Amino acid sequence: MTDRLHRILPGVQKPARYMGGEYNQIVKDKKDVDVRVAFCFPDTYEIGMSNIGMRILYGVMNELPGVWCERVFTPWGDMEQALRDNSIPLFTLESHDPVKAFDLIAFTIGYEMSYSNILNMLRLADVPLLAKDRTGLENLVFAGGVCTVNPEPLADFIDFFSLGEGEESTAEIVTLYRTAKREGWDKARFLEAVSRIGGVYVPSFYEHTYNPDGTLAAVTPLNGAPARVTKRIVEDLDAAYYPTRLIVPSTEIVHDRSNLEIFRGCIRGCRFCQAGFCYRPVRAKTPDTLVRQAVEELEDSGNSEMTLASLSTSDYRGLEELTGRLLDYCEPRKINLSLPSLRADNFSRELMLKVQKVRKSGLTFAPEAGTQRLRDAINKNVTEEEILTTCATAFSGGWNSVKLYFMLGLPTETDEDVLGIAELVYKIMDTWKKTASNKKQHLSINLATAFFVPKPFTPFQWEKQIPPDEYLRRVRLLQENLHARCVDYRYHEGHLSRLEAVLARGDRRLGPVLAEAVRLGARLDGWDEYFRYDLWMQAFENCGIDPDFYTVRGFARDELLPWQTISVGVRPEFLWREREKAYESATTPDCRTACAGCGARSLSKGGVCDEQTAV
Amino acid sequence: MNRLLFEKTGDAVYLSHLDLMRVFQRAFRRADILIWHSQGYSPRAYVSIALPLSVGTESVCELLDFEIEDGAADLEKLPGLLNKTMPKGIRVLRAYESGRKTKYLAKLRAEVTLEYDKGVPDGAREAIAALFSRESVVVEKSGKRGVSEVDLRPMLFALELCGSSPQELRLDALVSAQNPALNPQLLVAAIETYLPALRPDFARICRREVYEADGTVFR
Repeated sequence: MTDRLHRILPGVQKPARYMGGEYNQIVKDKKDVDVRVAFCFPDTYEIGMSNIGMRILYGVMNELPGVWCERVFTPWGDMEQALRDNSIPLFTLESHDPVKAFDLIAFTIGYEMSYSNILNMLRLADVPLLAKDRTGLENLVFAGGVCTVNPEPLADFIDFFSLGEGEESTAEIVTLYRTAKREGWDKARFLEAVSRIGGVYVPSFYEHTYNPDGTLAAVTPLNGAPARVTKRIVEDLDAAYYPTRLIVPSTEIVHDRSNLEIFRGCIRGCRFCQAGFCYRPVRAKTPDTLVRQAVEELEDSGNSEMTLASLSTSDYRGLEELTGRLLDYCEPRKINLSLPSLRADNFSRELMLKVQKVRKSGLTFAPEAGTQRLRDAINKNVTEEEILTTCATAFSGGWNSVKLYFMLGLPTETDEDVLGIAELVYKIMDTWKKTASNKKQHLSINLATAFFVPKPFTPFQWEKQIPPDEYLRRVRLLQENLHARCVDYRYHEGHLSRLEAVLARGDRRLGPVLAEAVRLGARLDGWDEYFRYDLWMQAFENCGIDPDFYTVRGFARDELLPWQTISVGVRPEFLWREREKAYESATTPDCRTACAGCGARSLSKGGVCDEQTAV
Repeated sequence: MNRLLFEKTGDAVYLSHLDLMRVFQRAFRRADILIWHSQGYSPRAYVSIALPLSVGTESVCELLDFEIEDGAADLEKLPGLLNKTMPKGIRVLRAYESGRKTKYLAKLRAEVTLEYDKGVPDGAREAIAALFSRESVVVEKSGKRGVSEVDLRPMLFALELCGSSPQELRLDALVSAQNPALNPQLLVAAIETYLPALRPDFARICRREVYEADGTVFR
């Protein structure tokens, strides 16, 4: 007879994503296992399986003796309903055992709009939502990922956070837990001990109090907790654990290919970019390491496509050598190599032509702002000339499509900057007319604008976000000034980005709002078909919290910031200096040209950043 | 042209036809066999699976055709090599050269197991046998172009029933495989339409064998 789970699967979309069984999934004998970790990704299988961080940490934890780490993803709405209707609790892909049976429940969080999924997954697992209601050592919930640099909105739900890169700290945490379980510690003793591991933040060890005007008055460490928790980094990426035997999804995922991480950090310092500041200092793998990892991974996975992953591919020092050696391997095997995040400079143009022999991929630019003045203000050091020259090269090489990404609502933006986007689009059309070698096909320009969201640990962390109505006015202004059939213009939903801004810079008072929103039915907020702004607004109202406090108000320079207990290595004084320069439209050179003294190099023992020590 | 005989069972039934092609394209690469690629803007490894299986249906007789790009592979060793890296539930049984052309694949035998949680109702066997002995059994079928009516009877060549357990009734059906094909799922739909009291709590289907028109096994 078929069990309940297998009876519901034929009725849901893409059932393969719920059942595991892929090549290279890790299955252990429960007899040999004394700590079980349910590693949860708060979005669908297709998104989560594309995440390099999750793949690395899945490997790290499963390398540990006596530990079995399994995967869990957010079920799509139809599956969630079927699970509820049949009283089937959320289960892992590997063993199909319920999450509630696990010792540790880990989340990796890369997007604020997945917060509701975290709560909803705990609910589907029948695990108490609030950390204080989980009194035993079992079902401890911990989380990491870029969003957790401001852990406060999630402080009620997560027992402890693991900040920064997890290759080493995750192993330390799980090993400590193994001892705790063997020796029968209680939860309090474990939290106390885990808080002494570098990069671990236990929110219940801090008391937050507020001023009458709603701003943060004080953060008081309890139990002798450190006043500041600094994120962890891995110093030597060549020596760091990096899995090359990866799970190969049997069903299609978003990044359906091998991803090769070439370096961490970024030398560019775009002032809106959270990743650019949070992943510092800059550390690279050598071409030798990368070629070895690439070949191992391609041979093991059977993938026919490989992407180089980093924040700015062109800034990898050994890029010419690396791509040359990778192409020597890939071309005869018909493996497609793609290089995203290339800059629009000369070298990159040649490289682009060289790597596109197997398959042509698209041409993408993210100028982010329409005028040079605003690009200088955000320190996005790309010029119109570079963009147009690169387009000319591509058009004469047979390309006929361009993707362009901009942001609206950036600090200091005026209508002139908005109209500058349209002007740039027209110049690209002109360039195509002059240079295209293949005019049988029409030019197609995909233009997208996002709504600027100020993020913690960026020079814009204090900034106001403009109201959604004003954002939409700027969208319409751009629309009205763009009359070309070849342009497909899409823009982000204003309400979604407003909520993202609230959660990104939120404090602990958002905990009840999150719980209320999920109770009302919020989930899968990152997906248009599920996002319900009205439910969120209802939740804010029910909890008496004004979202504007976190968006249009902005934060004062001398105000305590909710995330100030955390350090990512970059000093607040540096961020403020960068903010001041933004208002003067003054650029800061990239870190390779001149170290700007952000402070992140202090995270590594020798003060090394981008292969250089301090001058 | 080379052909693989393989099975798709257990949780692998949830892989779609496209998923399955991807699985094999990668498995060949893992076995260090470069298969022939389609030409054009976006070259793809060419594999072709006869009679795509519905999601949820098991099979022990699937066939996949492929061409090797650079010379011949050792077909004897190929199943072992591929099986080393397959997802759970996909197992290659044989690899051989120049199978019969797919157009000669005429019939297939499918096992439809009806599950009744409260036990197989009395008289179910007789009633179902009687239903499929009618001259025509018309059911609604929903396809890409909406709902249409189809008569199953001309596509059903033989049917045997056996009670495999007190809660299960098994239909062993020989049906038309193509031009037009009868999806065995429609046999369940017919029971639900004409014998609503015998609607099973669940039905599972397994494709057991494929045949030529004259009844010889198709390979």
